[in-house]
Amino acid sequence: MKKELKVSAIENGTVIDHIPADAALKVARLLDLENHAELFSIASNLQSKRQGKKAIIKISGKYLTSEEVNKIALVAPDVTVNIITNFEVKKKTEVQLPNLLLNLIQCSNPNCITNHESVTTKFYVLGKEPMKVKCHYCEHVFGAKDIELM
Amino acid sequence: MPFKNRDIISIYDFSKSDLLHVLKVASAMEKAPRSNLLRGKIMGALFFEPSTRTRLSFISSMEQLSGQAMGFATAKVTSTRKGETLWDSIKMIEQYVDIIVIRHHLEGAARLASEAAKIPVINAGDGSNQHPTQTLLDLYTIQKTKGRLDNLKVGMLGDLKYGRTVHSLAIALSHFSNIKLYFIAPDALRMPKEYRDALSEKGIPFEETENLFDVSKELDVLYATRIQQERFPDPLEYEKYKGIYRLDKTLLNHIKPELKIMHPLPRVDEISPELDNTKHAVYFEQAGNGIPVRKAILSLVLGAVK
Repeated sequence: MKKELKVSAIENGTVIDHIPADAALKVARLLDLENHAELFSIASNLQSKRQGKKAIIKISGKYLTSEEVNKIALVAPDVTVNIITNFEVKKKTEVQLPNLLLNLIQCSNPNCITNHESVTTKFYVLGKEPMKVKCHYCEHVFGAKDIELM
Repeated sequence: MPFKNRDIISIYDFSKSDLLHVLKVASAMEKAPRSNLLRGKIMGALFFEPSTRTRLSFISSMEQLSGQAMGFATAKVTSTRKGETLWDSIKMIEQYVDIIVIRHHLEGAARLASEAAKIPVINAGDGSNQHPTQTLLDLYTIQKTKGRLDNLKVGMLGDLKYGRTVHSLAIALSHFSNIKLYFIAPDALRMPKEYRDALSEKGIPFEETENLFDVSKELDVLYATRIQQERFPDPLEYEKYKGIYRLDKTLLNHIKPELKIMHPLPRVDEISPELDNTKHAVYFEQAGNGIPVRKAILSLVLGAVK
């Protein structure tokens, strides 16, 4: 039996697959899809052998910058990003959390200088699973649940 | 790594050989207290947060080496009050001096200052984060009074949550062999997880307890700290814990004869004055060690010694 697509295919753009179901809206917000001019769709609670439940986001006419990919890695480190051209997958990449995060997250320490002056935030990724980052300025270490995106 | 023009911001930036080199130069400084090593050099002492020992010992160190010092002792007299950013203040001040010593209530302020300035910056305390020259003088005191930095059992007592001195000292001691740490604090003020994790990763054993007498007989050094009112977000929380530990002569029945008691000062009531004249008390000597250690740092960073 032909597998039915829950969301229609796109001609040109990006498909983000294997998003944890509870992170779909976060990813959409990160990519500012609210202000995206072309078609996009978010499908969540899809059955997945690998994840149990997953989400997929399809965005017409948009190709992600490396900064956007890095941002996604912060909230959903296991997603796959597919570049679509003429309805075909031209490139498939798994996101990777970089070792250095520049201006991607806000320091959760209220006494950190970066929350009082205009400074490009800089975090070192100490661990990816579980995620652990260290602020270059105040040197505090934060886990995934304490991370606030810019 | 050479010290000339280097910023001194965090104890994490020091290797073991860096630490030992500073202690070696400090020892030489102690043997020859006055010199012309820093003649013609000017230090800017930017104390956005009050300090007595650190500020005065930096100024004294500079002047004993024939250098000059200028600056301020409170943010109230600076343009910060007019809304000037730290970045701008540093860009301006660096044109007047050869080296900047900064204390600030915000964590990371010294690191940011070092990025703004082309001249070297020394962190004299940034909030509850780092105070590297205090850690260096703590190590110097341990080395001087115990004769070693390896094979030590060190207890840290009091506010281990907000106390930057104990955080940095624990990290610095982790460079040495056969160290065991004892964290003595109420649960709410225990050593933060990030430091416990860092020690575990380096294979440094530690124990945690609320009761000093559970572990006091084991200790070679007891590092007491003040419960710092200014660091508590909630004053009620402070009231609950102030005065929780008070070292007095009853301690003497529960320690090794060669135990040394340290404290970064100021003390409030953590150590009774009745202990001051015992052979165990080294806290005033510790404060005095700020001079040779800060002379060593200033001379190394300004390139007057290698």
